[in-house]
Amino acid sequence: MTNGESQNKLSKQAQTHDASVKKTVKKLMLIVFAMFGFGFAMVPLYDVFCDITGLNGKTSDVAASYTAKSIDTERTITVQFLTRTAKGIPWQFEPMVNEVKVHPGERKTVKFYAKNESVSDIVGQAVPSVSPGRAAVYFQKIECFCFNSQPLKASEDVEMGLQFYVDLDIPEDVSTITLSYTLYDITSSVDS
Amino acid sequence: MTTDVINDQSEHDPHDGEHHDHKMTGMKRWLYTTNHKDIGSMYLWFSFIMFLTGGMMALVIRAELFQPGLQILEPDFFNQMTTVHGLIMVFGAIMPAFTGLANWMLPMMVGAPDMALPRLNNWSFWILPFAFAILLSSFFMESGAPNFGWTFYAPLSTTYSNGSTAFFVFAVHIMGISSIMGAINIVVTIMNMRAPGMTYMKMPLFVWTFFITAYLLIAVMPVLAGVVTMVLTDTYFGTSFFDAAGGGDPVMFQHIFWFFGHPEVYIMILPAFGIVSTTIPAFSRKPLFGYSSMVYATASIAFLSFIVWAHHMFTTGMPLFGELFFMYCTMLIAVPTGVKVFNWAATMWRGSLSFETPMLFSIAFVILFTIGGFSGLMLAMTPVDFQYHDTYFVVAHFHYVLVTGSLFSIFAGAYYWLPKWTGHMYNDTLSKWHFWCSLISVNLLFFPMHFLGLAGMPRRIPDYALQFADFNKWVSIGGFAFGISQLIFLALVIKCIRGGEKAPMKPWDGAEGLEWTVPSPAPYHTFTTPPKID
Repeated sequence: MTNGESQNKLSKQAQTHDASVKKTVKKLMLIVFAMFGFGFAMVPLYDVFCDITGLNGKTSDVAASYTAKSIDTERTITVQFLTRTAKGIPWQFEPMVNEVKVHPGERKTVKFYAKNESVSDIVGQAVPSVSPGRAAVYFQKIECFCFNSQPLKASEDVEMGLQFYVDLDIPEDVSTITLSYTLYDITSSVDS
Repeated sequence: MTTDVINDQSEHDPHDGEHHDHKMTGMKRWLYTTNHKDIGSMYLWFSFIMFLTGGMMALVIRAELFQPGLQILEPDFFNQMTTVHGLIMVFGAIMPAFTGLANWMLPMMVGAPDMALPRLNNWSFWILPFAFAILLSSFFMESGAPNFGWTFYAPLSTTYSNGSTAFFVFAVHIMGISSIMGAINIVVTIMNMRAPGMTYMKMPLFVWTFFITAYLLIAVMPVLAGVVTMVLTDTYFGTSFFDAAGGGDPVMFQHIFWFFGHPEVYIMILPAFGIVSTTIPAFSRKPLFGYSSMVYATASIAFLSFIVWAHHMFTTGMPLFGELFFMYCTMLIAVPTGVKVFNWAATMWRGSLSFETPMLFSIAFVILFTIGGFSGLMLAMTPVDFQYHDTYFVVAHFHYVLVTGSLFSIFAGAYYWLPKWTGHMYNDTLSKWHFWCSLISVNLLFFPMHFLGLAGMPRRIPDYALQFADFNKWVSIGGFAFGISQLIFLALVIKCIRGGEKAPMKPWDGAEGLEWTVPSPAPYHTFTTPPKID
């Protein structure tokens, strides 16, 4: 810094000063990059956190295998189905039964109906959400149309299946689970 | 603290390689300058221009809200006004004003000849006008400026964007880079450039608050950069970080944004604490009460700011444990903040007080900031937040802490150091007019907003139900009065630069610190030889 100075002692001081400035800058830049990375790391961390805790009503997006060893006929759980279409997808989309009663451990299959009411081909994607959120980890989907996207040609319709069971160790106080599907238009991202 | 000051103007300037204090002429001086005082002045002027720009937008908003019904604006343009008003005031007015004060005062306060990285300093200022030019240019696009709120919640800023997202994102990126570079400069200066003998616990509290603020900036501005990048790729490149259709989650946006956003609000208030901790002792003629507790309180607030972010999101359907955790952590912040308020009161207690304009603004700061703090405590309570969320109560709260808090502290600092900057005393009568007009109008402007919010008036809405009409009329009158009052300040500053009573080296008899040991106006180069501190 004081390179105009001729005295040796001073220029030595200046060198150590320069070095310590460089060191501090490097350390701080490291924090900057680490925090930039942390911002992105929050994405998978958030997913893992929600997965473990079942927060947010997020259900697993891969098929569960049926592992229940028995059926608990003592308890009956009401499973309700809701559907909604996101803005901009001209489909009719509804559950064919509005609710079913199941015993924990019992396998159940229900159907959903979708019809493309527009004149163009559209690819839809249903995204599930479970309420209450803490029931999400106990709601196991063995087969679900939501695992894949659903292409429908203009005015084509389809019946889509969902096979599920409710875990035996679902908390005692949960007697009703609501499964809600939101249908999105993902045509543009599939095309590209 | 006794000091030995040598200000030999014939010494080499250690940084720009020029001899003596020859300045380049005209625009070149300002474009190429690496002098912390020049850069500080530019930051302060820039922030004042942005303050007036953002203020004009606030007045457009208040004009529309003067009466119920849609008078002068389309709802979409109203949304653009609220969005850009927020962005400009946060990133263009308050933050650069603090950086300007830091540039001017930090090197002088620690006895350094300049900031540690002068060229970086030049760059961090000069990219700012470009950032705001990008942001403001979006007004001239067909679809208009950002209209999704300064918090740019996805999917408003992604799926439902009006096409201004790219402008917004790149502007924020540049502002962020500028802030990060400025913050790095502050930390490096404080860590490496202190005069011999100035240990950390001997630094003025002003320096301490900027030190901690700079660390907060370094920690969270990159997270903001990350989240705007995700918004950008979600909007234009088909990723789905926040898009449920592609497996993303819009609530996650709020988590990442507020992880930045909450420390950000302390970035805008901690330097204010530093300023009033300088002015109140000066005009009480007593040392600051509880210096070390002030340092620790500032550090605790900074730490706590990282674990309270979700109190902005109580209504998103968090589990009970989360709501309780964030509620209690938020309330915990009242403890170190209370320590500060009590310390300021204790500093004034039995001091020989005088009420020059910087002191008036500082006392107003303490009282009105505390009101903002209390409404913050009310908002921190989860059950009542469900009622207050997204109402004018929130607007009242954050304007009390940002306008009568941060902005008033900036005025206090500006009046305190103006004689040092310009070499002239400012016109006292004008400054008193500025203070009293601002004080009365700002309360007329923001206090009724509490009642509006409690009565259920939602924020960010261009129209409202009839029962809110009376209060809104008063709020708008207060808004225009406050806006006009600021022109007094502009006139005063220009007058003070052009002339006035000659300022002595130390115009305030109770003032402490190295900046008062150099002449007024402060020479272009100060402390080329470090002072000795005992």
